[in-house]
Amino acid sequence: MATKKIKIAVLSGKGGTGKTFLSVNLASVTQNSVYIDCDVEEPNGHLFFKPQNLQTENVTVKVPFVDPARCTGCRKCVEFCKFNALAYIQGKWMLFDEICHSCGGCVLFCPEKALTEKNRIIGSVQKGVSEDITVMSGILKIGESSGIPIINKLLHMAQDMDENIFIDCPPGSACIVMESIKDADYCLLVAEPTLFGMHNLKLVYELISLFKKPHGVVLNKCIEAVNPSEEFCKAKKIRILAKIPFDKKLGELNSNALIVSRENMEYAQLFSALWQKIAEEVHNEAAFDSKR
Amino acid sequence: MVYDIKYNQGGYVMKIAIPVEEKSSSTKICISFGRTPYFLVFDDAKKEYNFLENTAAESRGGAGVKAAQFIVDNKVDVLLTPRCGENAAEIFNTAKVKLYKTINDSVEDNLKAFSEGKLELLQEVHPGFHHGN
Amino acid sequence: MKQLLILSGKGGTGKTTIASALIKLAKAKMYADCDVDAPNLHLLMNKNTNPLCSEYYGMPKAVIDSGLCLRCDVCRQNCRFEAISLKENYLVDTYSCEGCGVCEALCPVSAISLKLNVAGELMLYKDESIFSTACLKMGSGNSGKLVSEVKKQLLLNKVDTDIVIVDGSPGIGCPVIASLSGANMVLIVAEPSLSGINDMERIIKTAKQFDSKVAVCINKYDTNIANSNKIEAFCEDSSIPFLGKIPFDNKAVIAINHNLSVVDVDCAAGRAIKSLFEKALEILP
Repeated sequence: MATKKIKIAVLSGKGGTGKTFLSVNLASVTQNSVYIDCDVEEPNGHLFFKPQNLQTENVTVKVPFVDPARCTGCRKCVEFCKFNALAYIQGKWMLFDEICHSCGGCVLFCPEKALTEKNRIIGSVQKGVSEDITVMSGILKIGESSGIPIINKLLHMAQDMDENIFIDCPPGSACIVMESIKDADYCLLVAEPTLFGMHNLKLVYELISLFKKPHGVVLNKCIEAVNPSEEFCKAKKIRILAKIPFDKKLGELNSNALIVSRENMEYAQLFSALWQKIAEEVHNEAAFDSKR
Repeated sequence: MVYDIKYNQGGYVMKIAIPVEEKSSSTKICISFGRTPYFLVFDDAKKEYNFLENTAAESRGGAGVKAAQFIVDNKVDVLLTPRCGENAAEIFNTAKVKLYKTINDSVEDNLKAFSEGKLELLQEVHPGFHHGN
Repeated sequence: MKQLLILSGKGGTGKTTIASALIKLAKAKMYADCDVDAPNLHLLMNKNTNPLCSEYYGMPKAVIDSGLCLRCDVCRQNCRFEAISLKENYLVDTYSCEGCGVCEALCPVSAISLKLNVAGELMLYKDESIFSTACLKMGSGNSGKLVSEVKKQLLLNKVDTDIVIVDGSPGIGCPVIASLSGANMVLIVAEPSLSGINDMERIIKTAKQFDSKVAVCINKYDTNIANSNKIEAFCEDSSIPFLGKIPFDNKAVIAINHNLSVVDVDCAAGRAIKSLFEKALEILP
């Protein structure tokens, strides 16, 4: 069995399906792995791991600032800014930094060279350990518009780590999700067995297909009834890697932020088996690719 | 719809702006400042009013900033509005444009109330909508 | 006309399940789905008519005319979003492009222009009720403006009715703020988990800034009774009306999977929501 380490992105079309549950537990049963929480608006992986030896680093973006001596009030910057982040009010140059996208345009085009850039903090990343797992989280300050720089920072920090990496993605299919999966070797899609679950699975399936990522599905919270998400997978010939039944006990452990694979032998085995399956899938894909 | 604006809390008022839904005298006041389709501007010196189209309405983001810049550029002294975002409010503070909270969605009622000194200053501003992409 | 908004903080708490039930119980003539990233409400509303669709344009995005392009590389070097790459030709990645216009302004031969970009689709169902919804295209950015458009579309088509119900956006960011605009009352659907409680508190803070009355209910309360009790106590301490708790109910899931709302079948969850609805009507401002 190859020892090449892999990056797995765990995603779902919607919040609450079990992304964090899956990624936290998969990381827990895999020795020395890395868990990255890319849901920077509402990170909660750290609530489960309770990591120690925390190191925090701010994430900054560039924003313009003015040298009033040079500014003539021509307002070229105000007119250029597509995001309306600038204003010139009665002799005062004003920046609304939460709207600024850091494109650098105003600085480039100021005819008086009155603008330069400085760093502004939009959030932070945190790194710690929980047993043998490296836990990394990003958090975006409330009110900030884009978490992409934070995700980039997290992925950059993980670049040189020679371990298996589990990426807990933000919900949905917006550009922030695309950013989270771009380096992934494999995408694990989590779906609920409801009409809503299937609908949301469809959305996220479209996204990973666009990126041509190897993928598989885990059906979560399954009950004894027809499962629309399962039907969808069968129709699209998507590999179902596991079906986790709805379990009140599990729900309770989870809602108390406990890692079930550390609390319960059965679940530890379930997740180990799932991990084996994923590792196999990835190596099969790689073998197939190299034969092409 | 012509009112005698009395000397009111710090200066003789020349121009009053109100965010409105339509370009008609029977229009209602718009609940949003930044994305209101039009502004009704009442010029107290000339005792007449006209409508300005709000170019910020279609902005993907920063509508409040753009709309506030527009209001200031049009030399408005007072804004009557149900609410205002924090960015626009900052601009108005810098430009010394006074904000008053409207009592209902009727232009007439509010202009009348303002002319009688019955409107209160708008105290609370809300966080931005930050629409971005 | 009163606007009731349903919010939840994190996704998956059952917001849409509850919203659809309330719409049925209220026989609402106007309602909207503001969860434009993953709209689900239409799945339960069983509309037979086709909606009126219109395109929603996001930020214009850069497009390079390879016929004019000199391949000077100035655009790529100055793009802060790494949206420009050289394959056979210089190409802009629409997903990464933020429409800042720097490349357009720098190009020495005007080979780049910002073009209208369809970022989503608005849909309006207009039959015996008015239902406004939308779907954001994959890879699009912040959905706040589209949420505003959904609300605008709803109000532009208003009919004479007492109550408007809005299935809000999940999360706590800008789309939620856009959902809050104009709401008279906010019903927060809380989940009895640590993260659920965390989110509930953040949403309450945000809603209070908007002059809306706030009320709370708990969904799937029996998945963690201790946390449920915590939430009830919190509401009591903060003088926030607590409208009820709904049990986890398999029958509810089965109903949903058959495109029925939980009040269309006889089940424990449905009964709990009916009682919740009565209480909500009592306190609607």
